[in-house]
Amino acid sequence: MPENLFKVNIEEYMLPGQRACQGCGLSLAYRYVLKALRENTILTFPACCLTVLHGLYPTTSVTIPALNNTFASTAASASGIVAGLNALNRTDITVVAIAGDGGTFDMGIQALSGAAERGTDFIYVCYDNEGYMNTGTQRSSATPMGALTTTTPVLTKQQPKKDMLRIMEAHDLPYLTTTSPAYPIDLYDKFVKAKRIKGSRYMQIAVPCPPGWGYAPKDTVRIGRLAVETGVVVLFEIEDGKFRFTGRSKTLAEKGNKLPVINYVERQGRFRKMSIEQLRQLQRWVDTRWNEYLKRAEG
Amino acid sequence: MKKKDDNISAMSVPAVGEAGKTGDWRDMRPVHDPAKCIPSIKKKAACFLCWLYCPEGVIKATIPLEIDLEYCKGCGICAEECPGKAITMVNEGEKNG
Amino acid sequence: MAEVRIMTGNQAAALGAKLSYVQVVAAYPITPQTSVTEILSQFIEGGELKAEYIRVESEHSALTVCISASTVGARVFTSTSSQGLLYMHEQLHWAAGSRLPIVMCCVNRGVGAPWTIFNDQQDSISQRDTGWIQIYCRDNQEIIDSIIQGYRIAESVYVPVMICYDGFVMSHTMMPVEIPDAELVSDFLPPYKPHTILSPENPMNINPVLFPWRRANAEGVLCDGYMEMRYKLQKALDESRDVIVSTGRAFAEAFGRDHGGMVWHYKTDDADMVLTGMGSVATEATTAADMLRAEGIKAGVVGIRVFRPFPKEEVREAFGKTKAIVIFEKGISYGYEGALCSEIKAAFYGTDIRLPIHNYIVGLGGRDVKARELAEAVRSSLDAIASGDTEPAPKWLNCFTE
Repeated sequence: MPENLFKVNIEEYMLPGQRACQGCGLSLAYRYVLKALRENTILTFPACCLTVLHGLYPTTSVTIPALNNTFASTAASASGIVAGLNALNRTDITVVAIAGDGGTFDMGIQALSGAAERGTDFIYVCYDNEGYMNTGTQRSSATPMGALTTTTPVLTKQQPKKDMLRIMEAHDLPYLTTTSPAYPIDLYDKFVKAKRIKGSRYMQIAVPCPPGWGYAPKDTVRIGRLAVETGVVVLFEIEDGKFRFTGRSKTLAEKGNKLPVINYVERQGRFRKMSIEQLRQLQRWVDTRWNEYLKRAEG
Repeated sequence: MKKKDDNISAMSVPAVGEAGKTGDWRDMRPVHDPAKCIPSIKKKAACFLCWLYCPEGVIKATIPLEIDLEYCKGCGICAEECPGKAITMVNEGEKNG
Repeated sequence: MAEVRIMTGNQAAALGAKLSYVQVVAAYPITPQTSVTEILSQFIEGGELKAEYIRVESEHSALTVCISASTVGARVFTSTSSQGLLYMHEQLHWAAGSRLPIVMCCVNRGVGAPWTIFNDQQDSISQRDTGWIQIYCRDNQEIIDSIIQGYRIAESVYVPVMICYDGFVMSHTMMPVEIPDAELVSDFLPPYKPHTILSPENPMNINPVLFPWRRANAEGVLCDGYMEMRYKLQKALDESRDVIVSTGRAFAEAFGRDHGGMVWHYKTDDADMVLTGMGSVATEATTAADMLRAEGIKAGVVGIRVFRPFPKEEVREAFGKTKAIVIFEKGISYGYEGALCSEIKAAFYGTDIRLPIHNYIVGLGGRDVKARELAEAVRSSLDAIASGDTEPAPKWLNCFTE
């Protein structure tokens, strides 16, 4: 195990004393995103938790060049950086757009679809904490069914989570993958791989959020692990159309011992009003998708 | 000597402690017991899951372990994930262990 | 011998961008601007212009691409009209606050609802608060020339420039245009030196959140709060006035054409009555002025070329000696009066200048504006003034208002 750990780039690009919450899942994931991307990277991101993590003027907590953009425009901002660098013949820099689920599934979807359709040579990272967390936990299309948010405070979210992975798959990308901060080495390896691929690469990170999901900060890694153990989050990659499980999900697929979703749901305050029917629907959705993935992995 | 800001648009420079001394956020701090710590016991690089899982990157993978208490936010993930239970979260204001 | 060709306003705009060696173009089709994007695509795909053309999926993304490409250090161009300009509204503010030397053409078209595809200036005038320099062109020659001047102005003061011209009236009308010599343009436009640093060599975080107060950095230097940063934008716009004027003069020296600086004059030396407006309506007013002079009314025209920064000193000087002003505007600030009218009146505040100012709203949604109608409006204003009505409510010209 330590062998893997010490293959990781030991440089830290996120300086101590940054503004993210205690136990922030994004913060943990971001350490490894940046370690994989290294210095020759330019980041662009909208108003979101990451903006706050990067810090307020005149100091920033991240030692990689970054450009802030408006909420809807992340992928377009990246397109412009790519175009500008191409015009200036600077081809040695990786351009990375990074936004939350709000800036990806919702307001940012137009720019993302446009940039991906154009085959823009960039990495798009969506850190999915399943809600508009920076503004205090309002519902997004990424919020799972049955979750309480400040805009679904009584009835819980009624619609299932938007399947952004399928939407992005429909763009015929050279690389699409899911990752989790609970499995940092899997995440790191995928970003290292993505950096070397040309074209539009989509990376989704399943990011647990202590205040938004209603659990103690010390449990961020545990919750992230349970998401994968129950199949709510599946670690996979699709490279040139070929699907394969990775990491813990690969083991689960081989051994067939994923846990029932209740193990994941019961530990989070946001699901305390989830109905039995919603829980059943979630289990059905997880199982259907899991079986679909199993078939794809075989074929 | 304070000079004025010459930037015509806002461009921030990297530095430690953008949000101040985030160690002040804690109500509990991590206390490390080398006697239970796998790398300390083995006297070689091993485990270091605490270093791996720290969201702040304030743990140094050294023997003995070093945690930067000026910036550690006290989230408790290191204590939670340590397989040897070598880290305990202790209330600020109380003595170690 | 300079080449003169008959071309539309849109062709002139595309040529202006090409001559300025733009490096990144991102534009979205919208009537009546579409052919600018098409001609530029032809230049780029045909190899005549070496540039990146990003076929964005919306105008909001078009200006976003320009913002980030300009931040990296590329010279950029976009163009739009009406709804497209409105769609990129938040990015207009963002571009100005970022202090980026973006040059954009706004081919003036009225805004919905209800729909119109025809010309008025509500689109660009309603963006006057965003921090862009705004230049209104009179003819197709001025379009190509102002784009070239625009890059020089923008890149010296780091403020984005909007070159406005009337949709269909100019965009689709063919006029003779002398094409500036490419080498002369190259000499006239030094390479773009970005003030923004977005590079691994010197990692910075550009346009983060600013506190309301000033805040020290790690070295103890007290850095700007939001208000200081915004003050710098205002200061830059104030200082851009001189740059706009000197750039116009330098252009005249290099290319032999002077479009005036902030405002232009037509027979104003002895004018009792001055007509004013922006863009083609001001040109039309010169014909109206001639008609009036033929009847013995000493009319002149002051054309407002630069609307932002507002030419306060030039307006005081230009209108100070006349006896009445008639302002023709292709837009209105709903709930009050024409924006140009308000701003001209405000320019006189603090001076001794007191004279009748009449405001006519004309040509909305492409309604035709004829010189004789403008002349008729002036005559009726003269009558109104003679009977003591010095400040009537804005009149909607040639519009059924009962």
